[in-house]
Amino acid sequence: MPLTKRQRTRVVRGSQYALLVLVVIVVALVADWGRLQRAFFDVGIVADLFPEVLTTALVNTVLYTLLGFGFGLVAGLLLALMRLSSVPPYRWIAVTYIEFFRGVPALLVFIALGFGVPLAFEMALDQYVTVMLSLGLVGAAYMAETIRAGIRAVPKGQTEAARSLGMSHGRAMLSIVIPQAFRIVLPPLTNELILLTKDSSLVYLLGLSLGQYELANFGRDALNEYKSLTPILVAGLLYLVITLPLGHLVRRLEARTAKAR
Amino acid sequence: MTTDTAKTGRAPAAGDPTAIAVTGLHKAFGDLEVLKGIDFTVRRGEVVCVIGPSGSGKSTLLRCVNLLEEPTSGTVVVAGTEVTDPDVDIDRVRRRIGMVFQSFNLFPHLTALENLTIAQQRVLRRDKAEAERIARANLARVGLSDKERSYPAQLSGGQQQRVAIARALSMDPELMLFDEPTSALDPELVGDVLAVMRSLADEGMTMLVVTHEMSFAREVADRVVFMDGGVIVEEGPPDRVVGAPQHERTRTFLARVLDPAAAEVGEVADAGPEGKRVDR
Repeated sequence: MPLTKRQRTRVVRGSQYALLVLVVIVVALVADWGRLQRAFFDVGIVADLFPEVLTTALVNTVLYTLLGFGFGLVAGLLLALMRLSSVPPYRWIAVTYIEFFRGVPALLVFIALGFGVPLAFEMALDQYVTVMLSLGLVGAAYMAETIRAGIRAVPKGQTEAARSLGMSHGRAMLSIVIPQAFRIVLPPLTNELILLTKDSSLVYLLGLSLGQYELANFGRDALNEYKSLTPILVAGLLYLVITLPLGHLVRRLEARTAKAR
Repeated sequence: MTTDTAKTGRAPAAGDPTAIAVTGLHKAFGDLEVLKGIDFTVRRGEVVCVIGPSGSGKSTLLRCVNLLEEPTSGTVVVAGTEVTDPDVDIDRVRRRIGMVFQSFNLFPHLTALENLTIAQQRVLRRDKAEAERIARANLARVGLSDKERSYPAQLSGGQQQRVAIARALSMDPELMLFDEPTSALDPELVGDVLAVMRSLADEGMTMLVVTHEMSFAREVADRVVFMDGGVIVEEGPPDRVVGAPQHERTRTFLARVLDPAAAEVGEVADAGPEGKRVDR
């Protein structure tokens, strides 16, 4: 007897649930839970990691991210303004910079600044400066494009109103256009901050001293010590402690922007 | 104002009766010739309404007066300063010319009061207290004293436009330009804005108004200019231009605007190059 369309839908959905339950049961029976717990979530190791994982690793991750973000934001704004300049060479420089740093891996930039510059110029950059530049140079390229889009999104009438009140072009940009542009780009810039938080893990390449370890470095170091994945899981969860609230913030900012339109 | 004109060094001779003098004005956007030789003057204290179909160049003419559009050729002299002279500091001239836009163009990130003070402080270098005193006086003038802390998004279109007028007035302008100030408003909000403009006219403000409000043109204007196809077709007292037009084109236009059914059709066709410049 052929099934009706509704019956067929019900059978397909029922078998999907059945498959899921089967897989869960098999995994639960086969898995060595004791070993898994020791590998991923050994409570003893977790207790061992604290408080350094917070006071050193988490703090350093936040610090490096903010250093890179701060530098990237200032450089990004500058590049965005150059990109919109009426002087062609400024536009060329900005475009070249943006295309270059968006196109090469961040890893390469870290190696170049961390090892290339000290070797080639026989000078040691301060560790924090290296971190700030490595994260910021790439971040600036992305932020420049975001900020430029924000500036372009401010209606032309705003500039006209400002100019007709006697403001110069620069004054109109500074007092009227850029503040509005930043409100527009706040959600994408916060996204940029999330990406930078994760990219800050590349700092582990630079071979920092113990007190300068951030989450990834700290996790890797503890992995060698305890022969357990637990530190990596803890580090991962702590990244989420930073990125999830930021993601939530982005969605709220986007909702607010949508309402204000 | 006195310090301002002293700084420009171009103060008009006392009693110079001309506020705006436009001579041989041409403006083209690429191949599109929008203004094809405009000559006209506005005297001090005069209220001149510019009417005409969309695409006739009336908004472009207005925007050439404070150089938001750069004329292709011809001269514009505002209060004794030739604004088309490349050596003139246009920022200095613009602060003496108030401009009101169809789409209000209030600054959305600032409160009503801040909208009125920012240019006073940044351009005229007035201190905060004085700027706020002048701003409050002008908000009272447009009947919005209770809205000084509101952001533009919290105001109705009519209220926004009145704040925009107060913003222009806070710069103590010698003349005011209005670019279709009521065209973006719901019909029931038009009256408040026109009332403010009417009281300004009564106070003797020099006003150049691009408008579709025929009753306003008729009752308030000292002179009406009818434009079509980038030229002035006729101008004169409102009784003559609106009441008893001499030219066929004026008659056709007025018939369409004054007859609601025909006007409806006209609105749909409204998409000229200088037409609805609504930004959001």
